[in-house]
Amino acid sequence: MKLKELIEQLNLTVFEPGNNLDRTLSGGYASDLLSDVMGYAKHDMVWVTLQNHVNIIAVASLKDIAAIILVHGQEPARDVLDRAKEEGITLLGTESDTFRISADVYMSLNQHGTGSR
Amino acid sequence: MNFSYDIAGGDFVNAGQASSALKKILKSLNLDSSLIRRTVVSLYEAEVNVVAHAWSGNIQVNIQPDQICIVVSDKGPGINDINLAMQKGYSTASPEVREMGFGAGMGLPNIKDNSDVMELRSTPGEGTELKIVNKILS
Ligand SMILES: Nc1ncnc2c1ncn2[C@@H]1O[C@H](COP(=O)(O)OP(=O)(O)OP(=O)(O)O)[C@@H](O)[C@H]1O
Ligand SMILES: [Mg+2]
Repeated sequence: MKLKELIEQLNLTVFEPGNNLDRTLSGGYASDLLSDVMGYAKHDMVWVTLQNHVNIIAVASLKDIAAIILVHGQEPARDVLDRAKEEGITLLGTESDTFRISADVYMSLNQHGTGSR
Repeated sequence: MNFSYDIAGGDFVNAGQASSALKKILKSLNLDSSLIRRTVVSLYEAEVNVVAHAWSGNIQVNIQPDQICIVVSDKGPGINDINLAMQKGYSTASPEVREMGFGAGMGLPNIKDNSDVMELRSTPGEGTELKIVNKILS
């Protein structure tokens, strides 16, 4: 499944489109612990988190994460948005909480035959 | 090829800058993307450890045709028990640092998993030196 298809299907807010909405997703990961994401998330996954500070952009960029989804209707902090632009990272948002949006992402990816990992 | 970078303790906003810079260099050398990720994940965790646990530090990167060698040395409290620090889940991170999502006690284990050689040495009360080597297979 492509990132832009997921955005459309789940009606995600696009704060920053990043540099590749056409990329094919490899799965998803939900965590608020940065080293956990560093250790276990895989490239081309979407990452669901409530962390809203510049270090999430560094993590996403270094791990080649496809997109970050901020939960609970949070707006990205100004410096987070600026850093996302600089690094070409796709920054998305949802009103949902981590559990619900992760379930939605999982269902969408499964319908398209992309596993959870 | 050599590159050097200074790290300030407590400076979370700039944590990861050296790793980003290294990633750009490694990409320009057309290295394998999994090798690049492993290397920058290791450096990122090392950078954040200096920011979170030490006072100041320096990174030296040396890129040879067959390996990438990184040495991160810092002035700081050092590590009393390296075996304990290497255990997944062990962390002395402050509550403020944990609130940002650091302090899972997974940084050093991540470095171990993402490097071919990892050497950690520390003098309590003075500082810590971490050496990471990743081999370049051609
Ligand atoms: N450069 C350092 N100077 C002093 N202590 C360190 C240093 N690096 C690591 N430590 C000690 O080792 C512990 C474990 O480090 P590790 O990177 O595995 O976890 P963490 O930094 O606490 O959390 P995480 O990396 O998951 O955000 C730290 O909590 C700290 O006590
Ligand atoms: Mg750490």
